[in-house]
This record gives sequence, C-alpha cells and structure tokens, in this order.
Amino acid sequence: MNLFSEAMAWLFAPERYTGADALQIRIGEHLFYTFVSVLIAAAIAIPLGYFIGHTGKGREIAIGVSGAARAIPSFGLILLLVLLIGVTQKPLAAFVAFVLLGIPSVLAGAYSGLEAIDRRVIDSARAVGMTEWQILWKVEIPLGLPLLIGGLRSATLQIVATVTLAAYIGLGGLGGYIIAGLALRRFDQMLGAALVIVALALVLDGLFALIERFVTPRGVAAGRPSDVRTRSSRARAVAE
Amino acid sequence: MNWVVNNLDLIADLSVEHIRLAIPPILLGFVISIPIGWLAFRFKLTRGLLLTLAGLLFTIPSLALLVILPPLLGISALSDANLTIALTIYAVAIMARSVADALGSVDPAVRQSATAVGYGSWRLFWAVEFPLAGPVILAGLRVAAVSTISLVTVGILIGTESLGYLFTNGYQRGIVAEIFAGVVMVVVIALVVDYLLVLVGRLLMPWTRKQKTVRPQLEPMPLPTVRGAA
Repeated sequence: MNLFSEAMAWLFAPERYTGADALQIRIGEHLFYTFVSVLIAAAIAIPLGYFIGHTGKGREIAIGVSGAARAIPSFGLILLLVLLIGVTQKPLAAFVAFVLLGIPSVLAGAYSGLEAIDRRVIDSARAVGMTEWQILWKVEIPLGLPLLIGGLRSATLQIVATVTLAAYIGLGGLGGYIIAGLALRRFDQMLGAALVIVALALVLDGLFALIERFVTPRGVAAGRPSDVRTRSSRARAVAE
Repeated sequence: MNWVVNNLDLIADLSVEHIRLAIPPILLGFVISIPIGWLAFRFKLTRGLLLTLAGLLFTIPSLALLVILPPLLGISALSDANLTIALTIYAVAIMARSVADALGSVDPAVRQSATAVGYGSWRLFWAVEFPLAGPVILAGLRVAAVSTISLVTVGILIGTESLGYLFTNGYQRGIVAEIFAGVVMVVVIALVVDYLLVLVGRLLMPWTRKQKTVRPQLEPMPLPTVRGAA
C-alpha cells in the first residue's frame, strides 16, 4: 500500500499542475482525442446504422464487421497507421485508428436500437399513415435511443483505453505518464496516472449511464419493469 | 513482404507464445464466471452488485489495470502473472454477465419440471440449467476469447513478449510489414479459436446443430454491455 501513498503524493504535488506536462493539460488532451474521435465515428456510423436498422439491408455485413473488428488489436492498428500515413502526421493517424475502433460499437448500437423495436409498433405507425421518414424520426429513433447511447458508451470507453495506448507514439494524454514512467521506473507516476485514467473512464461511464436513463422514453421505461431486476420494486411503485 | 519471409520463425515463435499467454485467462475466466454468473442470476441483491462490478471492471483501460494490479497484489509489474490476472478479470467481466443472462434464458417450465421429477439444486444446475444455457454462455465465451487474444498484445508494454513484440519492434524500426504481420496473426488466431469454440459447442450441444442458433451468437458486443452499469 506504500506505493499508493507515493502515487497520491505524486498526484497532489504542486508541480503536477504547472508547466507543459501539467495533469489538467494531459486530461484535456485525453478528452479531446476521445470526444473528437467519438463524434467522427458517430457521424459515420449512426446514419449507416439507421439505414441498416430501418431497411434491414446489410445487416449480416454489419454484424460480421462489428464481430471481426473486436479481433483487431488496437495497439497494433495505431502503430500500423502511423507508419502508413506518415510519422510526421501522428495525430491524424491516431484519429483514424480511434475512429475505426469506435465505429463498430456505434454502428451496432444504432442498428440494434432500431431492430429491437417491436415490429407491431412500426406497423402501427405505418397504418396510421406515417411516411417512412416520419417513422424513422418519430418512432424508431426515439425508441432506439437508449441502445444507441449504449453503443456510444462502449465506443467512448474503448477509445479512452486506446488513447492511453497511443501515448506510446508520443501523442500525449494520460498514458504519456505511464509510458514515460515505464522507461524511468517511476512507479508512483505510473500508478498515479493509472488511477486518474480509471477515474476518467468511470466518470464517463457514469455520465453515459445517466444519459441512457434520461433518454429512455417514458412509455418505454414504464413498460419494462420485469427486465430491471437491479432496482427494488418499492422505488418503482413510488415513481409511478 | 521480404521481412515476413525472412522472419517466419520469429512470427511462429511469437504466435505460440501469444497463444500460451491467451489460454489461461480464457479458461480461468470461464471457470470463475460460472459461480459468479450463477450468484448474479439467482439473487436479486447479488445480481445488481456483481453485474455492476463486472461492468465497472470492464471500463478500466488495459494499460491502467496492468499498472494498478501489481502494487495491489504485491506481484512484479513485469511478470506474466500480471497480464494473466488482468486478462482474467476482463474475461470474467464479460462472461459473468452472459452466464447470468444465459441462466435467465432457461425456460422456467423446464426448471419446474426438473424439480418436479426430483432433481436437487446441484443436479438441476449441472444436468438441466447449465446445458440449456450453453449456447448463450458459449456466445459470451467467444467474445471473451477474441478480446483476450487481442488484448494480449498490450502486454508488450510491460515487457511480456507476444505478437505485440512485432508492433513495438516494427514501429521502432519503421517496418510496416512487421506490424502488419503481427496484426494479421492476432486476427487469424482469434478467428481460429472462435471457430474452434463454435465447433466444440456443436459437439457438446448437438441439439443446437439444426436450429440456426449460431446467428444470434454473432451479435456484437455492445448488446451485453449496454445493459451494464446502468
């Protein structure tokens, strides 16, 4: 446990918050890489996922791609792209890697969100005269939102983990402390940074959990108490 | 591609080492996740607790976990044990949820019938629930196996040699073919292991052969994790 107090000492040392290597700068870099990559991945994958989910076309391909993508080692992908795109363009190469790694989760979240909807609901929407466009915007997207947020959540967490690894190519971010610490055998620095990374991941995960709950349409939330076994039934009765 | 032809021995050796590092976490994860998944399935209280914990463990970035585990457990950071334990934690985090979901997917009528003809809870689990939950458990095992094989490469950062060696070495020397060979070998090993698991599943669970149960198992990962820590 001694190392943990050393890590705390490292974390709370005044020099940690000054200079070019300050903790807040590294956290900022980490979040910047994560959010920009998730946004680009979402811009590509959400329309594609909605197309697949709405039309049912290309479903097999989407499942195959998101399944196979899991086998690709993210660390190898970053290094490969850096060499392919050029050592002078490391941030670009890293962004491409992050986006590629984020797309499968978002894609899966988008199309499975639409696919999980009861077919009768969509048939009803069609029966009352909604156009396909209205069905998509007014029925499918709201109902599929929780699963889409879930997809964005896994993409974000995966990218946070990958940005950590990307410190190996000198990209900065919180992983930089660990990579530098490995070479210098500075275990207090490594542990301190690792704890910050874990905290960052948990906070992001918690935020997405909140958003997920927030975007669940009220009618859907009310109609699925049997699935939620983690809450006590008393709280549910009060909520209703 | 010259590099690959000249270094086939190295690639083969590292592949073997890679597989040797990947197997223990997969097996340990499978064995450990069965009782944990059962506890999560059986009791309301433990369900929320265990599955939330599994979800949280899974959010920890691999490099951070590899740094935190050694001082926590008092092992060397640069040991194989560190990587094995970290990967086992991820495997359990994935599989505990799928074991719980799998047991939940068993038709309650079947469970009641087994109880009615006199099965005790131990025999009910092993002879009825576990085999019937098999296909969904297998789906989780496949996800865990593939992600474990891919994550082994991160071990190179703490000095555990695997195919990840080709990444760092290839990067330092600027050899694209070397990194590419590493990525391809990891994917090939993952796909072969995945295929073997499907094959073993068919042998052990002959009743799944004719139905097209393979398809839902290919569902991508977010689905199980989505219902995670929420």
